[in-house]
Amino acid sequence: MRRLTWFNTVSLTIGFAFLYIPMLILIIFSFNESKLVTVWAGFSTKWYGELIRNEAFLDAAWVTLRVAVLSSTVATVLGTMAAYVMVRGGRFFGRTLFSGMIYAPLVMPEVITGLSLLLLFIAIGLDRGIITIVLAHTTFSMCYVSVVVSSRLVSFDRSVEEAALDLGCTPFQAFRLVTLPIILPAVASGWLLAFTLSLDDLVIASFTAGPSATTLPIKIFSSVRLGVSPEINALSTIMIAIVAVGVIVASLMSKNAIARQAREEKAAAQT
Amino acid sequence: MSDPAPTSRPDVFAPWNDPNQRPLIQFQNVTKRFGDFTAIDDLTVDIYAREFFALLGPSGCGKTTLMRMLAGFETPTEGYILLDGQDIGPVPPNKRAVNMMFQSYALFPHLTVAENIAFGLKRDNLPKDQIAARVDEMLRLVQLQKFAARKPHQISGGQRQRVALARSLAKAPKLLLLDEPLGALDKKLRTDTQFELMEIQEKTGTTFVIVTHDQEEAMTVASRVAVMDHGKMIQVDTPDRIYETPKSVYVADFIGDVNLVEGVATSHQKDGKVQIHWAEGKEPIIGTPMQPIADGTRCTFAIRPEKVHISKEHPEGKTNIMQGKIIDIAYLGNLSTYHVQIPTGEIFKAQSANTRRIERRKFTWEDNVWLWWSETAGVVLTE
Repeated sequence: MRRLTWFNTVSLTIGFAFLYIPMLILIIFSFNESKLVTVWAGFSTKWYGELIRNEAFLDAAWVTLRVAVLSSTVATVLGTMAAYVMVRGGRFFGRTLFSGMIYAPLVMPEVITGLSLLLLFIAIGLDRGIITIVLAHTTFSMCYVSVVVSSRLVSFDRSVEEAALDLGCTPFQAFRLVTLPIILPAVASGWLLAFTLSLDDLVIASFTAGPSATTLPIKIFSSVRLGVSPEINALSTIMIAIVAVGVIVASLMSKNAIARQAREEKAAAQT
Repeated sequence: MSDPAPTSRPDVFAPWNDPNQRPLIQFQNVTKRFGDFTAIDDLTVDIYAREFFALLGPSGCGKTTLMRMLAGFETPTEGYILLDGQDIGPVPPNKRAVNMMFQSYALFPHLTVAENIAFGLKRDNLPKDQIAARVDEMLRLVQLQKFAARKPHQISGGQRQRVALARSLAKAPKLLLLDEPLGALDKKLRTDTQFELMEIQEKTGTTFVIVTHDQEEAMTVASRVAVMDHGKMIQVDTPDRIYETPKSVYVADFIGDVNLVEGVATSHQKDGKVQIHWAEGKEPIIGTPMQPIADGTRCTFAIRPEKVHISKEHPEGKTNIMQGKIIDIAYLGNLSTYHVQIPTGEIFKAQSANTRRIERRKFTWEDNVWLWWSETAGVVLTE
């Protein structure tokens, strides 16, 4: 193990401090006995108990979860299809235009996306609720999925698909039996990305949510405007914990997979 | 020069000389263009059943395009490709009795060796026990029974190559296409595998079309070699005839090592030999053309280095004698190629087998030596 120089130690400390001190403070104060957020009055888990009894928060969490699962699934299907056509479709008419347009939502200000969706929903007379949030989230997270999946497709050996056709697959069978299993990790990470984006989103959701459906970010934001409560801290801590566990498990899994592959390739080279 | 007429031995496999044989594949005036680029230029050729047909040429000569048209990944812009007398132009790749072994092997990384081999059979909806039996047979053929349950990344490059071969042979195609099949293997493994390929080809009786840029590989495995350039087949012939009687300077130069001398031919004797005047004040070279050529024709005399004799003493009673000085020796172990410069500056290559140990060799750098070759050793080319 190499010892770090003092310069590296300092830069590392500053970097991590910027990233994690705010969260650390939030987590600490979620265990605060006092109702005042800035005054420490001893350790307690009572705000977590309060949270479980808070119907409004639980409802919002349930809505958020349903929206995230639905929108990320639809976005993954559409985004994968778009990526496949963009990468494999050859040079069809308007390809450059399409591939430019698919990335537009990445750089479009969220406010504009939200507003335009709101106007659309009003114009076609769609009542705002879970459906509209799902549609909105699908719209903007689809392009992220398509970016992730197409980068995998570009590095994918085309002849593997040709081999499937050569062995008697119809183009659809070749996709289902060969392409999809190979790009599945990219599709899964695209889904995860879309899921997280949907969980996080405040701006677009607040444009497209109606009185019947409120997502957790909207709920948190609106209650913070009335004053930060330790309950919000507790809720945020739970969300941090869930995300952290997810990230750690995912990275451990991929690290194990890489190590296993390296080990097996080494074994193969020796036979 | 050997007699160009086909050999009459009945056991020699040469369906292309038998007018009663029906070709398995016929290219009829096939042209393929990609935009402005013509990859295949009005090409007509017949390939017969059980042949091991090699497409040889530099990269970009159209050999891969030709193969992809056979597989169905490209369609001809003009002309027809017939398989068993049937136009396969509109038939998609999955409906053709043609299978391909890809240069990158294109194994399915998420499937085991056995599942890779079974892949094509499952598409035909064969009963399970038949598939299993066929997979077993294929695994035995390529000697990979022990590796059936492994994934492609768990086996070595040579083993992957065998899996690719087994997978493409599993459906017993009428025609197997091999795209640079041995390109990724090292030299020694490659030579072994070439013989295995030939053995498997004979055992299964499948027609093989192989694409390669390695002339040695083409010469070793093929029943006939097609030398391609710029979308055309320059010469289609058996390996020995491609080597011994190339029809053009391009083929002579592309296959193996050769000395080329340009000159003007004048007839010499009644026996069809010609004198080639190739430099002012030099003895003309005496050669034997395959067809009679008119006096004054510009031609190229081509002779292989191993047919040029080299000796320390003046060879008595021989023709085509030249004196020169050794300026370079390429030592290949079994053979040595001597680069001999004659007084006018031209360099001739002469090759001889190293039948003696190196310390007992008769000549070395800067030695004066004599070169000579017989009147029938070279070819006279007018193309």
